[in-house]
Amino acid sequence: MLYREAGDFKTGYRADGQTFPIRLDRWGYYILLAVAVLVVPFLINDYWANAVFVPFLIYAIAALGLNILTGYAGQVSLGTGGFMAVGAYAVYKLMTAFPDISIVIHILLAGGITAIVGMLFGLPSLRIKGFYLAVATLAAQFFLVWLFNKVPWFYNYSASGQITAPTRTVLGHAVTGPATSAPAKYLICLAFVLVLAWVARNLTRGTSGRKWMAIRDMDIAAEIIGVNPLTAKLSAFAASSFFVGIAGALLFSVYLGAAEVGEAFGINKSFLVLFMIIIGGLGSIFGSFAGAAFMVLLPVLLKNLLVGQLGWPTDLAAHIELMIVGALIVLFLIVEPHGLARLWALTKEKLRLWPFPH
Amino acid sequence: MNVHASDGYTTADGRQIGPVVMDLKNITLRFGGVEAIKNISFDIRQGEIRAIIGPNGAGKSSMLNVISGFYVPQEGEVWFKGYRRGPMKPYEVARLGIARTFQNIALFDGMSVLDNIMTGRLNRMKSGFLSQAIWWGAAEREEIENRAQVEKIIDFLEIQNIRKTPVGRLPYGLKKRVELARALAAEPQLLLLDEPMAGMNVEEKEDMSRFILDVNDEFGTTIALIEHDMGVVMDLSDRVVVMDYGRKIGDGTPDEVRSNQEVIDAYLGVAHD
Repeated sequence: MLYREAGDFKTGYRADGQTFPIRLDRWGYYILLAVAVLVVPFLINDYWANAVFVPFLIYAIAALGLNILTGYAGQVSLGTGGFMAVGAYAVYKLMTAFPDISIVIHILLAGGITAIVGMLFGLPSLRIKGFYLAVATLAAQFFLVWLFNKVPWFYNYSASGQITAPTRTVLGHAVTGPATSAPAKYLICLAFVLVLAWVARNLTRGTSGRKWMAIRDMDIAAEIIGVNPLTAKLSAFAASSFFVGIAGALLFSVYLGAAEVGEAFGINKSFLVLFMIIIGGLGSIFGSFAGAAFMVLLPVLLKNLLVGQLGWPTDLAAHIELMIVGALIVLFLIVEPHGLARLWALTKEKLRLWPFPH
Repeated sequence: MNVHASDGYTTADGRQIGPVVMDLKNITLRFGGVEAIKNISFDIRQGEIRAIIGPNGAGKSSMLNVISGFYVPQEGEVWFKGYRRGPMKPYEVARLGIARTFQNIALFDGMSVLDNIMTGRLNRMKSGFLSQAIWWGAAEREEIENRAQVEKIIDFLEIQNIRKTPVGRLPYGLKKRVELARALAAEPQLLLLDEPMAGMNVEEKEDMSRFILDVNDEFGTTIALIEHDMGVVMDLSDRVVVMDYGRKIGDGTPDEVRSNQEVIDAYLGVAHD
């Protein structure tokens, strides 16, 4: 009854093309934004930052990136973990080589470096599709992890083979290193998420997005219409890897603080991010967030429930938790194969008519 | 009316047909040992509706694919607007101003009708990646300008009510119309229609015929079409090429073709003795 477009007239193409065409959506978005920026930083503590908010925000960036490639451009990738590693090692090398330059610039540059690497590994996509491409990107995953393990230059010849983030500040507050406060971690990640989500939305609603979706839906027709498959696919790989690289850089420098490549950026990470976009919804910005939230929050919730409320032993809870998460993923996909984003869209369709059935 | 004159002619209904736009000279196309097109020459003139007909397997779609640049013939020359066309990628041909629809609809199912038609204008949208990323300047301006053009086509084809519907949900007849809209959005100089009326009922065929005539009339678009419905072909087209087993067996006005003995034989079959 309240949630509908009736009476909300658009008088120009600009207004018609906006992200949230329904007034209630728009207000909901503004309120969410206000809470995220103005309320959460004052309430957040170490537990909430480390267990919930920071991983959610970082994985949301990674999911946005993979969704551009897989959801919008239709190119399956299992190399997300490897590309996150590129972002992490790039930012590490930049941080240690140029300590005077702002970490924000380093993170952006790390994204740029990952974009170039992503384009390189995207070249096979010009010849192969589907599962075969997935296998080719899997090769990228294993090769990159191997590379960062084998070449000591990447981890500055440290004895442990680990990379450790030195302390860096933004506007006088430490955002990396051991002394970082919870609000600082949260805010730097939030800033990147807000800007990148906006960029992702802009890219996908315009010419580039249409080229990507055309290639995804029917590549031959796309080509005959005038889409150059070379630039369309490689730009998707570049944009996607840029996002994934930034997620990797943030994961290492802000969240983990220290990382060993096989452990932090293994094949598990690739699957985790892939699950996020499948559960959240392919080809949907909202879906990237929903999927990231689902995969990050569900284990935390279950742990709280099983260990905190029911008092189970931690090791038992950890195993049961894996099973429940797995079962829930299957359940969700059976209920709605198109993911949470579709579920959300259906709910909104229903809401438009509520309380009437038709 | 002399349709074989070199500098154009006037049709029975008084439309002025211009010079040759697309000239195909001695085209031969082979797939391995199979000759799909055997030494065929014909031309398409500015502003006319040119039909290619023939029984199943005659090589009509292959011919259309040669024109659209999807197949490169082994022999022969393709001349477009006075220039000989070398081997080109399909997307380069699109940039020359040739648009087409497909026999079995090739729309982008995951996108809305509006987005599908907007893809037709991709070649006119030049804003840079960075401008698109921040949705500032060229990207937004271009989006709004092209949207206005697309809305004209939506109006023209009477599909206003479905513009935000995902294409996958539309019935067949409307999909065909959206595909025509997408091809028109490119403002092509030559529009290729591969069986625009296949699988349609009488009413849908009437609608589609009207749209094809309107497009030709309103925008002056040159149209080459393949169609099996003889009634439609004879009513719509100015000149007809008839193919059979990869050869050209007839070329001329619908009346000339209708009375051509070889064409009648090809369609009705001929007794072998």
